Amino acid sequence: MNVFFYDKSFEGMLTCLFEAYRLKDFPEQLLVTDTPIPLFCDHHYTIVTEETKSDRVWKHVTSKLSAMGTKEVANCWLSELPDIDILLFRYLRKTIDSPRSIETNFADPDVLLLSKIYKKVSYEAHRLIQFARFQKTADGTYFAPLEPQFNTLPLAIHHFSDRFADEKFLIYDMKRHYGFYYDMKSITEVTLTDEEERIKNGQLRTEYADKDESIYQQLWRSYYQTIAIKERLNPRKQRQDMPVRYWKYLTEMK
Amino acid sequence: MKADVFDKLKILAEAAKYDVSCSSSGTVRSNQKGGVGNTVGGIGVCHSFAADGRCISLLKIMLTNFCIYDCAYCINRRSNDRPRATFSVSELVDLTMEFYRRNYIEGLFLSSGVVRNPDYTMERLVKVAKDLRTVHRFNGYIHLKSIPGASSELIREAGLYADLLSVNIEIPNEQSLQRLAPEKTFKSIFQPMQFIRQHAIESSEERKHFRSAPRFAPAGQSTQMIVGATPENDSDILKLSSALYTQHTMRRVYYSGYISVNTYDKRLPALKQPPLVRENRLYQADWLMRFYHFKVNEIVDDAYPNLDLEIDPKLAWALRHPEIFPVDINTADYEMILRIPGIGVKSATLICSSRRFSRLGFYELKKIGVVMKKAQYFIVCRELPAHTINELKPSGVRSLLVPTVKRKIDDGQLELDFDAT
Repeated sequence: MNVFFYDKSFEGMLTCLFEAYRLKDFPEQLLVTDTPIPLFCDHHYTIVTEETKSDRVWKHVTSKLSAMGTKEVANCWLSELPDIDILLFRYLRKTIDSPRSIETNFADPDVLLLSKIYKKVSYEAHRLIQFARFQKTADGTYFAPLEPQFNTLPLAIHHFSDRFADEKFLIYDMKRHYGFYYDMKSITEVTLTDEEERIKNGQLRTEYADKDESIYQQLWRSYYQTIAIKERLNPRKQRQDMPVRYWKYLTEMK
Repeated sequence: MKADVFDKLKILAEAAKYDVSCSSSGTVRSNQKGGVGNTVGGIGVCHSFAADGRCISLLKIMLTNFCIYDCAYCINRRSNDRPRATFSVSELVDLTMEFYRRNYIEGLFLSSGVVRNPDYTMERLVKVAKDLRTVHRFNGYIHLKSIPGASSELIREAGLYADLLSVNIEIPNEQSLQRLAPEKTFKSIFQPMQFIRQHAIESSEERKHFRSAPRFAPAGQSTQMIVGATPENDSDILKLSSALYTQHTMRRVYYSGYISVNTYDKRLPALKQPPLVRENRLYQADWLMRFYHFKVNEIVDDAYPNLDLEIDPKLAWALRHPEIFPVDINTADYEMILRIPGIGVKSATLICSSRRFSRLGFYELKKIGVVMKKAQYFIVCRELPAHTINELKPSGVRSLLVPTVKRKIDDGQLELDFDAT
């Protein structure tokens, strides 16, 4: 078995691909630098990320993939799944080796798995759009805390900056501790230093919230309860479409 | 914010909740300069799901639940003793904007009871939409109900502000409608539909010549029928929806299982539970017509006027036509693959694109997402054919696929208690 050690970055993965072709030796596992060498390891290499190499690989790969395929590769990386790097490695290797596009060959397990992960990541980005709940802060900024399963904030932020172009807002990933702030002109990446102090149970603490915020939250909650038809209760369907892991930040589920 | 807004919201949401439509799809429009909101199109965005499992996409509300009509199936009928309320335009607009900015909703679905006359009511609905669009620069989704009997001019104005217009048919047969809603006629319902269609055609003509000409209800129109309140069979309902779908602005027909809201009215059946299974089968049949290239007379005909409640309409069709099967996955065309039970639009597309690389077998099909439990009796693929519908006979396949009902424990039966001493 061959193992490559690298720095777990996207560019690093592309550099691994470059080096593998240079060495004519393809890894079965990609591991982060400084992890112990696994048992039954024949060769192991430590790959140093180099931008010139990764750029070359990316340029070649994008010329072989369709726009959709490029998006698929880039978005799947955001899933941050433990084995996503070696999967993408194998997928890109097949893309490079195959004389024609492999993107639609769903009988290939790697292509099918990647398309499934892509679907999951896209769903998660869509759920961000569905389930983000903004709370108005005392200074008029709208604030939405969330904990997406995958790192999909970058995929959803442009939807919000288009929709709420005339207000300042902050969408914040509580799990990865970063967010995007929009100031009616541009989007900047920010990190809050005092998360705990400002937010409790997914809610802004009252001293930071706008004075009318709790009224609108109550109105929404009462609307939410009224709109359900008692004769047709179906909690299973409700949980299917709105999994419980999102409830923490949903105003209506408080 | 006045305290009575709480009560009004409760009363008017309660009055509006039996409207099924919640779609926020059909229009793709990005924000304009200085405005707020956009619409995403595609599958729309559901922002929440209520305890009954239905999605909440738009703020579904009535402007008022006062009504001059006395339709037997409606909760807001004039003779019902219920709390009544009316929103002022500014209250409703304010509520919509505040909810929208908090990402609770995709937009507004506004309906109303009929007060004074249809035109007066329609005018007030249009006023809300106009305020949202022009004063608040609201660019999100607006779904307006067109009141039966409203004039062509008002509907034209409504379509300039709204994305989707709808007129509810409710009762799929004219005689039944006469019996349950004597103040309404089929004409008063179909005429607004026709106005919408005319204006949409006019607007698309205009837009061919002038790109800046306003769009008229870009998401088209929808309608709704109540299922189970009147004796009409599934064939009547589906034939009507099929006819409606041939009109090019009609996007969706919704089916609503009848809930006995006015139990005292003897013209209506007293149902213990809404007919949810029948409603589900109707939606499945609707999907077959819209996405699976089925004709209505393939789904229901004079021999089978009602849909089978135990199995889905596509499987029922396949069991009636064993001569077409088994279908070879690796050679059959897309239309034929779509007709195999257990294969949906997504799997069919995946099959058609994957088989260019290699012949597909059971394992690949399963991985692609085909429901092999159903599909196995109707296909041949790379492997040797298993038992197909031709060997097992339709009745055999049916008995294998009908969900087994758990035996009910008889409460009336005495049980021996072996532990007793």
